[in-house]
Amino acid sequence: MVNLIWVMMAVIGIVFAAANGTMDEVNKAVFESAKEAVTISIGMVSILVFWLGLMAIAERAGLLDKAARLFMPLVRRLFPEVPPGHPALGYIVSNMVANMFGLGNAATPMGIKAMEQLKKLNGGRDEASRSMVTFLAMNTSGITLIPATVISIRMTYGSAAPSEIIGTTIVASTISTIGAVLIDRYYYWKRMRKGRKP
Amino acid sequence: MAIVQLLSVWLIPALIAFILLYGTAKKVPTYEAFVEGGKEGIEIAFSLIPYLVGMLVSVAIFRASGALDAMMEVIKPLADAIGLPAEVVPLAALRTLSGTAALGMTTDLIATYGPDSFIGRLASTIQGSTETTLYVLTVYFGAVGVKKMGDALKVGILADILSFIVSVFIVLFVFGR
Repeated sequence: MVNLIWVMMAVIGIVFAAANGTMDEVNKAVFESAKEAVTISIGMVSILVFWLGLMAIAERAGLLDKAARLFMPLVRRLFPEVPPGHPALGYIVSNMVANMFGLGNAATPMGIKAMEQLKKLNGGRDEASRSMVTFLAMNTSGITLIPATVISIRMTYGSAAPSEIIGTTIVASTISTIGAVLIDRYYYWKRMRKGRKP
Repeated sequence: MAIVQLLSVWLIPALIAFILLYGTAKKVPTYEAFVEGGKEGIEIAFSLIPYLVGMLVSVAIFRASGALDAMMEVIKPLADAIGLPAEVVPLAALRTLSGTAALGMTTDLIATYGPDSFIGRLASTIQGSTETTLYVLTVYFGAVGVKKMGDALKVGILADILSFIVSVFIVLFVFGR
């Protein structure tokens, strides 16, 4: 899907430029934007190094585990089908906390481990269980605390206050995560109602 | 909405102080841990280069040719009718499909309209506040071999639409247009 969109944007653009005589602009845009992309990536080094360095301290100090314990009661409620103390819950919470602190690389393996456990709970079937859908819903909207990459892009383009969007990001992601859970619950309720009919 | 803005200014310094003090209290070799973890940041930034070059060039061709403006002409009346800024509609659509592709689009929007414009702030918030549904779906379900996704895709996409709408409202509320 992404492949198709990527190709289409370039090809439609070139065809459009041929028809409208904007080929000069296109030529310029190709080289300028490629250079820009590299500049931005290099600009990200500063923030990513600092943030991931800080997070390494937090992890070694046991802060991430602490945060995970804090969210445990909430997660237990969100996944009523998972027995208390099951390893799946631990992985789900770790995945959530890692996502929250912008540690995508740490979050993905935890998420996969959580899914493995949820699949085991579901008798190893290749269907998505209720818990899996809930986990996915929470993950796709995921609460973010510090959007580090976005802040670095804003810095590169000379924002007067690069971090001013932290507040709106936290509020937006929190509300949409709650919304995602409600949407998930609604579909669960619909499935149940359908299930009861003969 | 002063609280949201205050939070933006205070959160990072407060977190830095807290983590450093907590790490020291727990006898973590703070500086060494920092350096070790920081190395990963270099890797991530460099591995992003091909994604960003690919996406930004494609978006730039689309924009420079005038095709994007032509598309906006079509989207604009529809988006205006429901009160959404047309410029970020393509970003919202791309955000569901690929995180790095969306990052390219966000960069393009920030570069074009400026980071402190309404569009720039909105793009920043959208980029930061949702995850890539298709990526999560593919990676997580793919890795464990779940083929029947049930309501997962529907729920994920509805959550994305909700997140987009919430972002528009919050940015309007906190910063105005």
